[in-house]
Amino acid sequence: MSPVLVLGACAGYLLVLFLVAAWSDRRAAEGRSVIDSALVYALSWGVYCTAWTYFGSVGRAATGGVWFLPIYLGPMLAMLVAWIVLRKMVRIAHTYRITSIADFIAGRYGKSPGLAALVTLITVIGIVPYIALQLKAVEAGYIVLTGRGDEDAVGWLGDGTFYVALSLATFAIIFGTRHLDVAERHEGMVAAIAFESIVKLVAFLAVGAFVTWGLFGGMSDIWARAGEVPKLAGLMQLGGPGFDHAQWFAMTVLSAFSVLLLPRQFQVMVVECVNERHVRRAAWLFPAYLLLINVFVLPIAIGGLLLLGAGGDPETFVLSLPLTQGAPGLALLAYLGGLSAATGMLIVETVAVSTMVCNDLVMPALLRLGRLGDGDLTRIILNVRRAAIVAVLMLGYLYFHVAGEAYALVSIGLISFAAVAQFAPSLLGGIYWRGGTRVGAIAGLVAGFAVWAWTLMLPSVAKSGWIADDFVAHGPFGIGLLAPEQLFGLTGLDSLTHSLFWSMLANVGLYVGLSLARAPSAREASQALLFVDVFRRPGAEPVFWRGRARLDDLRALAARFLGPARAEALFDEHAAEVGVPVPDLVADARLVDRVERQIAGAVGTASARVLVASVAQEEPLSVEDVLEILDESSQLRGYARALESATVELRDANEALKSLDELKDDFMSSVTHELRTPLTSIRALSEVMRDTPDIEPAERDEFLRIIVSETERLGRLVNQVLDLAKIESGHAEWHNTDVDLRAVIQDAARAVSELFRERGARLDLSLPDAVPTIRADADRLTQVMLNLLSNAAKFVPDVDGRVEVRLRSEADALVVEVHDNGPGVPQPDQATVFEKFRQGGDAQTRPPGTGLGLPISRQIVDHLGGRMWLESEPGRGACFAFRLPLQPGGNENELQGADS
Amino acid sequence: MSERRGPRAQSLIALCVAGVVLFNFPLLAVWGQGATVFGLPLLPVALFGIWAALIAILAWVSERGGG
Amino acid sequence: MSCKVLIADDEPNIVVSLSFMMKREGYDVLVARDGVEALDTIRRERPALVLLDAMMPGMTGFDVCEAVRADAGVRETRIVMLTAKGRETDVARGLGAGADAYVTKPFSTRDLVAKVRDMLA
Repeated sequence: MSPVLVLGACAGYLLVLFLVAAWSDRRAAEGRSVIDSALVYALSWGVYCTAWTYFGSVGRAATGGVWFLPIYLGPMLAMLVAWIVLRKMVRIAHTYRITSIADFIAGRYGKSPGLAALVTLITVIGIVPYIALQLKAVEAGYIVLTGRGDEDAVGWLGDGTFYVALSLATFAIIFGTRHLDVAERHEGMVAAIAFESIVKLVAFLAVGAFVTWGLFGGMSDIWARAGEVPKLAGLMQLGGPGFDHAQWFAMTVLSAFSVLLLPRQFQVMVVECVNERHVRRAAWLFPAYLLLINVFVLPIAIGGLLLLGAGGDPETFVLSLPLTQGAPGLALLAYLGGLSAATGMLIVETVAVSTMVCNDLVMPALLRLGRLGDGDLTRIILNVRRAAIVAVLMLGYLYFHVAGEAYALVSIGLISFAAVAQFAPSLLGGIYWRGGTRVGAIAGLVAGFAVWAWTLMLPSVAKSGWIADDFVAHGPFGIGLLAPEQLFGLTGLDSLTHSLFWSMLANVGLYVGLSLARAPSAREASQALLFVDVFRRPGAEPVFWRGRARLDDLRALAARFLGPARAEALFDEHAAEVGVPVPDLVADARLVDRVERQIAGAVGTASARVLVASVAQEEPLSVEDVLEILDESSQLRGYARALESATVELRDANEALKSLDELKDDFMSSVTHELRTPLTSIRALSEVMRDTPDIEPAERDEFLRIIVSETERLGRLVNQVLDLAKIESGHAEWHNTDVDLRAVIQDAARAVSELFRERGARLDLSLPDAVPTIRADADRLTQVMLNLLSNAAKFVPDVDGRVEVRLRSEADALVVEVHDNGPGVPQPDQATVFEKFRQGGDAQTRPPGTGLGLPISRQIVDHLGGRMWLESEPGRGACFAFRLPLQPGGNENELQGADS
Repeated sequence: MSERRGPRAQSLIALCVAGVVLFNFPLLAVWGQGATVFGLPLLPVALFGIWAALIAILAWVSERGGG
Repeated sequence: MSCKVLIADDEPNIVVSLSFMMKREGYDVLVARDGVEALDTIRRERPALVLLDAMMPGMTGFDVCEAVRADAGVRETRIVMLTAKGRETDVARGLGAGADAYVTKPFSTRDLVAKVRDMLA
């Protein structure tokens, strides 16, 4: 295949990757996140499948049968408890703005900068060869496709792999260092990784289907033909008692740890997690993805061995099978699948490792040297991170070039797994065991890492011929007991299991032993509590900090490391929560903690601790202080919880009681007010007349008229209050007869005719010739009509006022509408017109009324099983309407129906 | 509280223990005897079958309970 | 020179009775129908005393009272608060707002006139 075509396809693929990432970033900016879904989250976990597994699984299967499986069965087992373990890691990381494994472990053991640096070093040493391996896969595939190597290339500049590395560095810089706060998610990167997972799955399945059904007659055909070759038949069995169960188990355990602890896995699973509830579904989608991508591994391996014989390299069967069997297009697709597996790993791993290098190696050094100046540091930090990305990728590229075809590269996948497995005791132990200490963690990590390097890393380097391999066979200086692959004379284990056993023994032994030997310091104890008990106190973590800080210092610090805008937002938010303006904020423990967490998101936990300590006067905490703070906060928590449950249980009851109380209080208060107002006029005017014998006759007449009208008002009010009370309490007497609603309306209209004449308004009735009678109290209905009509009369305009009453008969009810051409009821008042003492207008312009007419009318209609409502558009009049069912007491019928 | 919702921890741990037992010695030796099912060797069929079953049970345990 | 007395109430009939009483006592009577008007009149006419209804639309009597006490020009105005709500809290609120006296409706005209006379003596 022509190199131009292959390179062109690669370039096109990378371009698509950029577009996917850019699109996703834009969607996120619009608030429509692509990655906020369990499916995309699970697909991004697919970064676990690298080029090493994409090409290597087939290679492994071709030589060892089912031996490719343990590194996928381990993740399956880990995912079974993901909801327990991973969710806890996610919660801790998000609560304390943790952005890397180094941060996580250092944060757990008292925010120790030394521990963070140590974890970072182990990661870099363990992972760089793994990065090199991906670059090698990209190159190896290219050679298979084009049929030639890059011998003719002139240095790096003629090397396609170099450009792949370069474009990935560009990608990682663009989409991996968008914002300073790593705790903010990288939407574009995650979307691109999920996309890559789809590409590699589709490509691998396509090749598998091509081999299984295109080249053979299905799986059983492959097996049947393999059965004829004795060498192949043996692949499908365990191979008798010689099967290495210990190694099988070791690999399963190793990969179970790795799927949580590899930097790229931690990045996509923990740091980039949008919502921890997604863990629940992703935990089964991800193993399902792994299963799918592995279904065709054995068929491809065996098919390749059958068709290409021993001459072919099993590691490239995925490419060579379609290429030699007349499907070059498929071969190119398969290569792009491999490229996607490699690039996905490279991008995420580089971003994750560079964050650690920046936060835990470079920043502490810069801080210590005091070389940062006083200005805004956000740009500097971002540039450091970008430089770290380039450095990590170039380191991998360098290793790839130097190591070349060496053995070290081929076996590096599992060696890297074994390196990151060293984090398991201190990380997993740290989130479940409060007793773990910094010294124990450091000693465990150092010892485990040293044993790993001696028993696994160095022998692999020696086997590739870089250093003399005498020590592997005979031990250093001829001391056989220290021979790396038979440490202390332990034989019978393969080198991986052997190394894993000794390194874990040393690691766990020292971690537990030293942790038990010395009590944790106050800071370690407090961090242990925060991590282990993270689910116990959602949103109310105690703050283990005492001391004094100045608000201005904190603001300056935040502005330097977060940028002025984010710093300002941070303080505004805190001020809003506390409820005081920003300048009045007190730099208390909670604010200091908040600032420290935000800075931790930018420069890492350990550096943030150092920075905050540098601007505050802190009091060292004793373990007693920690317990005291915890006690205070748990008491508060206890109160809060009691309050919360009480609120939950009593909320409804409380609400009901409260509104009832208010109603009663409001009602009583309104009644007294309404009663006292006319009484005041009556008493005052009577006393005035009593005390003023020589009052003018005209004045006396006017006063008497007022007294009479106020007395009437008083009487009306008393009657209506009593009426309402009777109806509401159910003590009213109802004289129900068969009522013709037409007659009721006509009676009421006659009664108000005088009122309408005074107002100069017209009253029109539009009644049908006949309506069915209803069972009701005629006097009460007349009262309703009088209320509605006098109400309407009050509000019609002085000139050309009109009120129209319409009666219509529906299937099961009668509807009465009273339209007026008054000003209408403003929207906000419509809901309250039926409440007591809510009169429209103010006292001067308001026509006399008690404010009880409408509430009473509604009570009456309600009692008759009907409904009263208001329709009004301000400026276009009001329509009060009610509806009465033909079958009175419909409610009672329902009740009887329910009883029977 | 939404915090508490989700699969029960005991179920998950039991499932994990079951997975470890099914995937390892000595049960592994049972799958690896060289028998065939439907013309396919038992060992990979058994491993993939157990794998699929674990996914199915995990999915069921995770998804019931709603949300 | 006769004293100016402002009557601020939204009930016309109460205004009628109060203004008759105040005129009979020889005061110059001013009338306001709501809180805003009352405050304007106080600032413009500087009455010696205000009979102030607590429950008026818009600006309540309490609001007017507070505004008067906060205004250096009219701070010394005597204020008698009238209310139809006789609860302890209302009395406390009225006095808290700075009223000089608090009268519950319905009131005895003789007592009210005596109180006004005292306060303007």
